[in-house]
Amino acid sequence: MNAPANIAPSRRLFLKTGLALGGGLFIGAGLTDAASADDAPAALSAYVRIAPDGIVTIASRNPEIGQGIKTSLPMLIAEELDVDWKDVRIEQARVDTKVFGFQYAGGSTAMAQNYDHMRQVGAAGRAMLIAAAAAKWGVPASECSTAAGVVLHKASGKRASYGTLATAAAALPTPDFAAVALKDPKTFKIVGQRVGGIDNASIVTGKPLYGIDVVVPGMVYAVFEKCPVFGGKVVSANVDEVKAQRGVKGVYIIKGGPALDGLLDGVAIVADSWWRADKARKSLKVVWDEGPTAAQSSKGFAEQAAALSKQPATLPVRKDGDAKAALANAAHVIEAEYSYPFIAHAPLEPQNCTADVRSDKVEIWAPTQMPAPGLSLVAKTLGVPEANVTVHMVRCGGGFGRRLLNDYMVEAAAISKAAGAPVKLLWNRADDMHHDFYRPGGFHYLKGGLDASGKLVAFHDHFVSFGANNEAVKFVSSGGMTGTEFPSRVVDNYLIEASLIPCGIPTGALRAPQSNALSFVLQSFIDELAHAGGKDPVEFRRQLLGAPRVLGTPQTDPFDTGRMHGVLDLVVEKSGWGEAKLPVGTGMGVAFYYSHRGYFAEVVQASVAASGAIKVDKVWVAGDIGRQIVNMSGAENQVQGAVLDGLAEALGQEITFANGRAQESNFDRFRLLRMPQACPVEVHFLRSDNPTTGLGEPALPPVAPALCNAIFAVTGKRVRRLPIDVAQLKSV
Amino acid sequence: MAMKLNVNGSVRDVDVEPDMPLLWVLRDELNIKGPKLGCGVGLCGACTVHIDGVARRSCMTPISTVGAAKITTIEGVGDSVIGKRLQKAWIDHDVAQCGYCQAGQIMSATALLQTHPKPTDAEIDGAMAGNICRCATYNRIRAAIKDAAGVAVA
Ligand code: FES
Ligand code: FES
Repeated sequence: MNAPANIAPSRRLFLKTGLALGGGLFIGAGLTDAASADDAPAALSAYVRIAPDGIVTIASRNPEIGQGIKTSLPMLIAEELDVDWKDVRIEQARVDTKVFGFQYAGGSTAMAQNYDHMRQVGAAGRAMLIAAAAAKWGVPASECSTAAGVVLHKASGKRASYGTLATAAAALPTPDFAAVALKDPKTFKIVGQRVGGIDNASIVTGKPLYGIDVVVPGMVYAVFEKCPVFGGKVVSANVDEVKAQRGVKGVYIIKGGPALDGLLDGVAIVADSWWRADKARKSLKVVWDEGPTAAQSSKGFAEQAAALSKQPATLPVRKDGDAKAALANAAHVIEAEYSYPFIAHAPLEPQNCTADVRSDKVEIWAPTQMPAPGLSLVAKTLGVPEANVTVHMVRCGGGFGRRLLNDYMVEAAAISKAAGAPVKLLWNRADDMHHDFYRPGGFHYLKGGLDASGKLVAFHDHFVSFGANNEAVKFVSSGGMTGTEFPSRVVDNYLIEASLIPCGIPTGALRAPQSNALSFVLQSFIDELAHAGGKDPVEFRRQLLGAPRVLGTPQTDPFDTGRMHGVLDLVVEKSGWGEAKLPVGTGMGVAFYYSHRGYFAEVVQASVAASGAIKVDKVWVAGDIGRQIVNMSGAENQVQGAVLDGLAEALGQEITFANGRAQESNFDRFRLLRMPQACPVEVHFLRSDNPTTGLGEPALPPVAPALCNAIFAVTGKRVRRLPIDVAQLKSV
Repeated sequence: MAMKLNVNGSVRDVDVEPDMPLLWVLRDELNIKGPKLGCGVGLCGACTVHIDGVARRSCMTPISTVGAAKITTIEGVGDSVIGKRLQKAWIDHDVAQCGYCQAGQIMSATALLQTHPKPTDAEIDGAMAGNICRCATYNRIRAAIKDAAGVAVA
């Protein structure tokens, strides 16, 4: 998803301090538009309590999906507060937009939005504790220092722990942010270290942390059968027969609406155990009205794309210069067709939600990346006031963008209402794969023009995507291009235009949305252009980047060519590009991509056997997300995961549709990476003097084209369609 | 069908259909939530438990086939020296991202080290290939296994 990179500059941080419940110091901070410091903040971005025993409790306001935010944001507060990490406890905040603002996980935004504010909150707390100590001892605050949860006065040798000062500090006036000094990052003790995930001990001992583990008194279990064709309606079902199965407590035909991300028609089976509900499903027979999407298929999409490619595009995206004329005059014109499939998110924890719908209140426990919109959807669908709905965030067994949508949440609520009992709805794997909001497929018809020296002078992409020309946002969700994708703004004649295929299949953001697909196309084609002009792929990219400068403005997706040069140089150095002596049948490929404010360049070393079988030996990564890596351990883990995730997409992932239905149901045909394929991923960060930004996504996009470029280096065969077809690479 | 199960060292009474998979007996009858549903058909390993010390996919194990065998789940694996060492290595290496697969990973790794105290990379690949980590924490899983086994990390 593409959330704003930074908070509007007119908003500023507002601090609220006071006595904590149970004693000690409470610090809340939020962003406010208000000019007066007396006005309450619109929302709390931080919530800290320093108890009389010295324990610091920090509320984590965003959902945890494996990105590590529950650990990394509190690290910033703890650093500036100057406490020992072992004295910090982290609580998952409740969902409350009025208090915490918009709470979500997506778009690699949390670090960019919160880095400075979290530090200021910690620093303000430290200032108050120092002030309390100074008052107690009758010394100037300027003579006091802190260390690991203690205020010290060197001259007199006095010392007091934060716990003993907290209640006194709570009575002091709230400090002014402007007057609060931040630490010199060189003195950081927590930030920049390798800090383990806060829930690690619970994870390795099997504690019930996830949505699927929620237990509510009196709870029953549900499965929900929807039409295999997206948006189909229930005509009838053999409700009585299914009711007679062992353990079944009720079978309900649920009527939904037309929105694919809301409540859809289906049949709910409620039983005294999930397995019995799922087993009873085998006897369920539903007559569906499948609707118009039943006519859509992957094969049909490919045929329509081929036909549209021969016609003028219907949707302009970006036009610089005159690409068509420049192509007509170019010394070489290279043409290529690229495509990639729809793919599923497949988080390992299937969608689930527990809901308890009573006449006057609704309570929800959900693994969700977007709790507040889920709350609104439930309220609207059930016709209850939002104030009557409570949503509890639980740790998510993976997100990847799937849980930005809350379809399973509203289903659980509707089923609980029908059953008159608390219900745990759990999808099986086939449900999860058949009812996703898929990364949309796409088709690109590219032309590149080189002059006699091999310089790129014209670039044209006719992008055939999905959507409808009569909609305000014409592309389906995550099926668009902005026209700022590289080599935008470095080639004089640049034309991106699109044609759209109508699509009844729900689509949505998948980790590094748009970029995860466009990078494959653009960075592979750039490789083709390099080879066509007789240039080394790294050298060609360096020439394209040109002098270090910022292209575009803050409003138009700026791209700093200097930062990209930096990561490209670093990955070249670390991988031994062009110097390493590689065995026959082994080669290297390179690619870079800018997404979610991060600059990443990657080199893949891979070998291809005569059978076409691919073995990825190693991936080198160089990334620039600004001057500070907050949690080195979490950061490396994110990058390694994103890179291997990208490899998995390239090597084996595709959802195909026939008669409006997804054909893949489980991990046999929709393949995730497994241990034997998981090569080492070597991660390097370049600390440029830029604000710290997020890391969940930007490491993913370069790896697929770097792999395909390595395959070309070995075999001379160009992969232009994902997932990679091994048969195409056979040499015997 | 009423039966007695030996789970993590204690005897538990259950009365369920013979074809109910062990995973659902553990999760919904006995409230042992460590083993997870990932695929339901033996493809992901999230549900891995030990039956008499051997790693098994509990989603594919009808309860009628378990009998008096000793069942160990992630909740009980720390009672063994190897299980405990692996849990510590998992924390030391900060392996987890979402963490959902990790109970199954640790169960498979424990079974591996019980039969191959000093596993080679190929043996790690073989023992762990049935356990998917969607977050792809494989580099660290491998490092944690080697650390717990006391073999050099490449
Ligand atoms: S849930 Fe048992 S192997 Fe996937
Ligand atoms: S840590 Fe998320 S599936 Fe392994």
